[in-house]
Amino acid sequence: MSRIVGIDLGTTNSLIAYMDGAAPRVISGRNSRSLVPSVVAMTDNGLIVGDAAKERLIRDPRRTIYSIKRFMGKSLEDVAEELRYFPYRLHEQGGVIRIQVGDKHYSPPQISAMILKELKRRAEEFLGEEIRKAVITVPAYFNDSQRQATKDAGTIAGLEVLRIINEPTAASLAYGLQKKTQGLIAVYDLGGGTFDISILKLKNGIFEVLATNGNTHLGGDDFDRRVADFILGQIREHHGVDLAEYPDSMQAARLEAERVKIALSDSQKSGVALELPEGKGTFRAELTRDQLEGLVMDLVQQTVDPCRLALKDAGLPPSQIDEVVLVGGSTRMPLVRRRVQELFGKVPHSELNPDEVVALGAAVQADILSGGTQDMLLLDVTPLSLGIETMGGVMSPLIRRNTTIPTSAKEMFTTYVDGQTSVDIHVLQGERELAKDNRSLARFQLKVPPLPAGVPRIEVLFLIDANGILNVTAKDVRTGQSQSIEVKPSYGLTDEEVEHMITESFRFAAEDLKARQLIEARTEADSIIRATEKAFALGGHLIGPEEIAAIKAALAALQSAKGQDDHRAIRARIEDLEKATHHLAEVLMDTTLKEALKNKKLSELP
Amino acid sequence: MDTHNTPKRHELSMARSMCWHCQSEVHGEYFCQQCVKVQPLTKELDYFTCLGLPRQLTINADRLEAKFYELSRAFHPDFFQNKTQTEQAISLRNSALLNSAYRTLKDPVQRAEYLLRLEAGSAKDIRTAPPSDLFEEILALQENLEEFRSAGPEADPAGRKELQARLTTHRLTLEARQRQLEARLFERFTEWDRLQERESRGEQVRTEKDAVLKEMQEILSNRTYLRNIVSNVVTTIG
Repeated sequence: MSRIVGIDLGTTNSLIAYMDGAAPRVISGRNSRSLVPSVVAMTDNGLIVGDAAKERLIRDPRRTIYSIKRFMGKSLEDVAEELRYFPYRLHEQGGVIRIQVGDKHYSPPQISAMILKELKRRAEEFLGEEIRKAVITVPAYFNDSQRQATKDAGTIAGLEVLRIINEPTAASLAYGLQKKTQGLIAVYDLGGGTFDISILKLKNGIFEVLATNGNTHLGGDDFDRRVADFILGQIREHHGVDLAEYPDSMQAARLEAERVKIALSDSQKSGVALELPEGKGTFRAELTRDQLEGLVMDLVQQTVDPCRLALKDAGLPPSQIDEVVLVGGSTRMPLVRRRVQELFGKVPHSELNPDEVVALGAAVQADILSGGTQDMLLLDVTPLSLGIETMGGVMSPLIRRNTTIPTSAKEMFTTYVDGQTSVDIHVLQGERELAKDNRSLARFQLKVPPLPAGVPRIEVLFLIDANGILNVTAKDVRTGQSQSIEVKPSYGLTDEEVEHMITESFRFAAEDLKARQLIEARTEADSIIRATEKAFALGGHLIGPEEIAAIKAALAALQSAKGQDDHRAIRARIEDLEKATHHLAEVLMDTTLKEALKNKKLSELP
Repeated sequence: MDTHNTPKRHELSMARSMCWHCQSEVHGEYFCQQCVKVQPLTKELDYFTCLGLPRQLTINADRLEAKFYELSRAFHPDFFQNKTQTEQAISLRNSALLNSAYRTLKDPVQRAEYLLRLEAGSAKDIRTAPPSDLFEEILALQENLEEFRSAGPEADPAGRKELQARLTTHRLTLEARQRQLEARLFERFTEWDRLQERESRGEQVRTEKDAVLKEMQEILSNRTYLRNIVSNVVTTIG
């Protein structure tokens, strides 16, 4: 069985991990950072993902996509309130948001796929083998559309998604593996864009989720916005400039807000500095931790109700929870820790890096699926009730929230009118009484033989699999014939669209490769230019004028090639420069060696 | 298949289950003894049998959980990732059935309702009239509810508050009564279990069993009636 990796596809950062023997390990990039910023930049020369893309947020805000997870499985209406924070153009097509970059349109799963591909590439480079299978994590409170969108992203990226698992439960696996914990634990997971609370029972290797709750639109991003809005207000007041008109300054404000927020987790106050547009100078201020806490207090408070509801559904008072585990970067905030401690009456755990613990858990789950770890088993739940719309626009629940998955419910349908040949089914997810207040998941039509009203018997099986994703099958009870159902997702890509996006992604792959090669060539050019300049300074006096001229010419040629978009040309000029400096390098080597020898005693020589 | 022993006549006429994979005979085992392939739990399998329990109402929660965990380890799709599609499909269906069985039997009220469905066809006749001794209480409550609804949120705050207090009192009375009903229901559990044991010793207990079932049915439908009214009150006064 080929290797399965674990992926944490986060709002702000993503990670990839694998099982190294008995221990899960996160794979770092060349820069030895394990986090890949979930940022995608479309440049004139193709696609860039991660750190390099993050650097373009300010320079090229309209073509640099971040926090795409907030749009996964959502309609435009769902995110209307926060659109003003995003510098790019959005529209909706077939219930799916599309992001316009130049004259191209991308769905959120396509953007996520670009991040997944970067992670995949990172793992392939590190492990020296092709990666085709993955476990991807999602917030526990993600609904069916959001899970399906995540699975689509994997497919578009060329990954077979063997399992979608919930982030807090993944974290519990990583903790459980390390500590062999038993008892009742609460996982409080506050990430960049989402909040989850899960209550689990750990017993003899079984991780049974008793209840989960959350908010898929609450996280560090929202804290940053509060701080950014505060900075924007100050600038308006003191400088009379409205940054909202400058997308690049807005991005700069957002990034500065994030930096200040993070700084205030360790210190009591932090300076704020922001370059104003059109050379109007620099805004400077100071923010204290108290001020920050005042700005985000109500957001942190919003995590309390879901915690109480989860405890209630689990049938437990907070005092019965044995351990509380913190997950997600936002739990580094002292305010969050205080609030959690008050709520559960005990000091929360955070021994494992809250940024990495979810990816580590995903790798553990991947190992379970590949037949490695056999003594651990995760029994998760579906976070939201599933039902269908019945007469009068009422939701009739079929599967209650916090039901252990996989789970199924059967429902028999018949007709109202003589000779009726089809029955419409509208599938919903949510806890509200009325159909319209719940999330519409899908609509489909049952084919019915023309018979008197009430005679046909169509049995529909709603099955939620171990990924928390709904599968629907139907059978005519009278004939025993099963019928295939074409489920039209309300907020998702159709299979054809996903197919199309896969082909498209192959088409762009060549272009993306070109972009990456260009970046790598430029980076290498920079370092060799720096090295040559240094060598000149050290040993310029040791070589002849002709040689100096040759090196200078090669340097100039490389500089000019670097400004162009052809990575081959850059590579060629790098080689030229290397040849031109070959002698200089030898001379330098000799002198340093002589220098070194002069300073050493004979006995020290090898 | 074993063909050496001549089967008795009545055994020959019995239906025999075969392993879907190697066609050897199976007798309700979870895994075929010949080829070790997972076997589908049949749709007719009741939840008690699924969890290896006798059809009794008093259940030890720890033992039930242990059995659930044991079977989860046997059936969960996580452990069938490298198996054939057929086995994966069986694992998925078996897990779904197991989870439903555990969820239903874990909760005593759901357990009783399920037993009634098995034994008597339905858990409760839908009650439309209140239990006789609560008739006046519920009548008063309905009136108060009507008043509260028609007054709307703009009504004078004092009157509204008073109504709210009265409705809360009603709610508490009904909730106490609900708990009482549950206690009575649980008393029937022991009665039922004793009858089941006597029956297993060959005694005729059908009429007694029917009587207990009927009592439980009565209790459950009263309980459902009260619960609906309480939830009505809760959603109205918020």
